Amino acid sequence: MIYFLIFISAIFVNNIVLSQFLGICPFLGVSKKIDTALGMGAAVTFVLTLATIVTYLLNMMLVAWHVEFLQTILFILVIAALVQCIEIILKKISPSLYQALGVFLPLITTNCCLLGVAILVANGTNKLPMGADHNMLTGTLFAFATALGFSLALVLFAGIREQLAMNKIPKAMQGTPIALLTAGLLAMAFMGFSGVVG
Amino acid sequence: MNKGLKTLTNGILTENPTFGLVLGMCPTLATTTSAVNGMSMGLATMFVLICSNVVISMLKNLIPDKVRIPAFIVVIATFVTMVQLAMQAYVPFIYAKLGLFIPLIVVNCIVLGRAEAFAAKNSVGLSALDGLGMGLGFTLSLTVIGAIRELLGTGCVFGAHIFPENYGALIFVLAPGAFICLAYVMALVHKLMKNN
Repeated sequence: MIYFLIFISAIFVNNIVLSQFLGICPFLGVSKKIDTALGMGAAVTFVLTLATIVTYLLNMMLVAWHVEFLQTILFILVIAALVQCIEIILKKISPSLYQALGVFLPLITTNCCLLGVAILVANGTNKLPMGADHNMLTGTLFAFATALGFSLALVLFAGIREQLAMNKIPKAMQGTPIALLTAGLLAMAFMGFSGVVG
Repeated sequence: MNKGLKTLTNGILTENPTFGLVLGMCPTLATTTSAVNGMSMGLATMFVLICSNVVISMLKNLIPDKVRIPAFIVVIATFVTMVQLAMQAYVPFIYAKLGLFIPLIVVNCIVLGRAEAFAAKNSVGLSALDGLGMGLGFTLSLTVIGAIRELLGTGCVFGAHIFPENYGALIFVLAPGAFICLAYVMALVHKLMKNN
């Protein structure tokens, strides 16, 4: 039950984009079409889950050696290297998957939800429902659920923007402002979930 | 001198990171719950921008082209860690509020963007000015957005009461307010820029 609550909490209540403000750049950048939004969502889900597991283990090493201050430097390098590795491995073993996700992989390194979630989980400061412990299993589930929440927000937003493209918009509001305004309304809708999971 | 001045004002006005280049949206939305928070975030980013610009510009001939991005990231991450430790030690209450977004300066597109687009091609002095200009532009826009959100949400600006708190609309301090406020400020800036 608690594992189910982690999913509800990370996807709806504390949605990473709409309530935590992580990953706004891809959220605004690759959300013009539902297809690309799905591709980006899948790529983030894959990399975020893996990166969180790897950084969690590495953080244990940092703590054991008392060099926690190296966290930021180590994590960003590991994430960059991991994304490169995933790209190379995927190209070799699954060309079809590589074709679907390939374009999005290099963009992911600078996606702040990756580093953000890795730091949150490693420090045990991620928002979990009441009664859940901070350990590797809940951390991994949290990362996976967070990525699903990111994908959901991205796909919903892309759907709205596809419709929006056909409307007449005042000149000053065109482009980013109207996208932000739409995101604000979407965030308001997601606020309705607050309090569902304690 | 003229070129230096142009580099400086470029970041503040023409290519303002938030309104012109639309970079670094995550901290812009997340840390502007009040004017003070927005300004602290802007100043922390400005410090990293200036230092990383100067160091990268000094090292530009030593770093091989193929590994320049990882090298830039290491330089930036070093300064971010310094800011993080300094803030933890001297202004713990601000650090507690900004929290996660301090280490996340590493992945702020403005810092890497300026390193790649400016510091890797220009002299040390100009790069420092560019970092200062961009940093001031970022700080200015974050402070303005923070002040507007604080005013509409709680009736204060920099903690000074303008109107009673009961008349404030709490939504502007919460997540949706960040998006909505930034949307309208950006639209206004676009409108004013076009008229000039």
